[in-house]
Amino acid sequence: MAETIAIIDYGMGNLKSASKAFEKVCDAKVLVTADPDVIRRADRVVLPGVGAIRDCMHGIQRLGIDQVVREVITQKPFLGICIGMQMLMRHSEENDGCDALGILAGDVKYFGDDLLGERLEKLKVPHMGWNQVHQAIEHPLWNGIPQDARFYFVHSYYVHMDDEKLVAGRCVYGNEFAAAVARDNIFAVQFHPEKSQHAGLALLGNFARWDGTVPAKKVH
Amino acid sequence: MGLAKRLIPCLDVDQGRVVKGVKFENIRDAGDPVEISRRYDEAGADEITFLDITASHEGRDIMLATVERMASQVFIPLTVGGGIRKIEDIRNLLNAGADKVSINSAAISNPEFVGEAAARFGSQCIVIAIDAKKVSGPQEADRWEIFTHGGRKATGINAVEWARRMTDMGAGEILLTSMDRDGTKTGFDNALVRAVSEATSVPVIASGGVGNLQHLADGVRIGKADAVLAASIFHFGEYSIRQAKEYMAAQGIEMRLD
Repeated sequence: MAETIAIIDYGMGNLKSASKAFEKVCDAKVLVTADPDVIRRADRVVLPGVGAIRDCMHGIQRLGIDQVVREVITQKPFLGICIGMQMLMRHSEENDGCDALGILAGDVKYFGDDLLGERLEKLKVPHMGWNQVHQAIEHPLWNGIPQDARFYFVHSYYVHMDDEKLVAGRCVYGNEFAAAVARDNIFAVQFHPEKSQHAGLALLGNFARWDGTVPAKKVH
Repeated sequence: MGLAKRLIPCLDVDQGRVVKGVKFENIRDAGDPVEISRRYDEAGADEITFLDITASHEGRDIMLATVERMASQVFIPLTVGGGIRKIEDIRNLLNAGADKVSINSAAISNPEFVGEAAARFGSQCIVIAIDAKKVSGPQEADRWEIFTHGGRKATGINAVEWARRMTDMGAGEILLTSMDRDGTKTGFDNALVRAVSEATSVPVIASGGVGNLQHLADGVRIGKADAVLAASIFHFGEYSIRQAKEYMAAQGIEMRLD
């Protein structure tokens, strides 16, 4: 039987881009679903997210999917995208403060209204467009993707991890922030791989092939 | 190192077909926006913008089907604008596969709509399109006003103040077109672009007037635009996307070239 990838649909925005991108890069059956049983049975799980974190949290809590996420995230290859990454953290500053799932030890912070670039120029928020991601560790999901490749970002809040060792990729926009985090079978990215052309499709293809294990880490 | 400036080809679409016509080198005009977008995607465009100029309901459905087809072939962000008046219109486009929607006259007739849309779908997908014309005389300080109906109807609204107000309402990006320059191939109105870019906290896309590659670079360097949009110079094969990006990069502008 073909492998399955469940993309969790909790009513927040369009998931067509993500599902079409997976269909482009692998033969797995892609299921956009809110059904706990389908998510539990899937070989891989993707938690996407767009919009504001409070709405996203309400969305997954209302459907009871937060419990399913806690369950499957210990068992199989798991990919968080954008707010789907932020939701894995403890807390976000968005919406006057919002508790998240607390699966990873990190917090989500606002870029700020007075963000300055390298030459002290004022930076726009949201951070929108193609920025470079520096791969901080070797990881199966980075296979074939050049160091410092550009991915498409659109966000006003960013993740800061307690433990730098969980940061798989770094990006700089005013501050340095976690563009990707990795722990065991979990990988999560702030950018949108489904909108990041070659580099993004390569990452999704890597995820579709990943067995959820990580070879002994070598720090670059 | 850092965030790249974006280069965005723009397509005018009517009843699911590209109207102004697009002619790539050695390739016959396909007219199909999906096919054309796919080529721009491959060529290294950073985003695609569709302007739906369709008026009929039937045309709207064709547009949704077109956007839906895009999702399986184009893997860069897509902005769709034209005729968006209701929350329902936005929901339909986002569900079909658009990443952002561009709102123009509906924002002018009902500014609250922008706030509602941003609250519902997030600021990241709400682009406000501003069509502006210079109204100040030669001896006066620069002043631009918003015009509707293809530049024929004055609104009396100051373009810079409007951009600031829309940002406060929750707009995540400004698509700024100079109606004085649109179609003239004489370059962006960089004074306008700079005034809006410096007045707002969100990214600004410069539009209207591109005739050569220096115009694109000037939009970023002089106008302080975060992204530059052009149509005809790419559609007719005068310049390639790659050529444009390399030209801009050679002037020290951060571009995505991989």
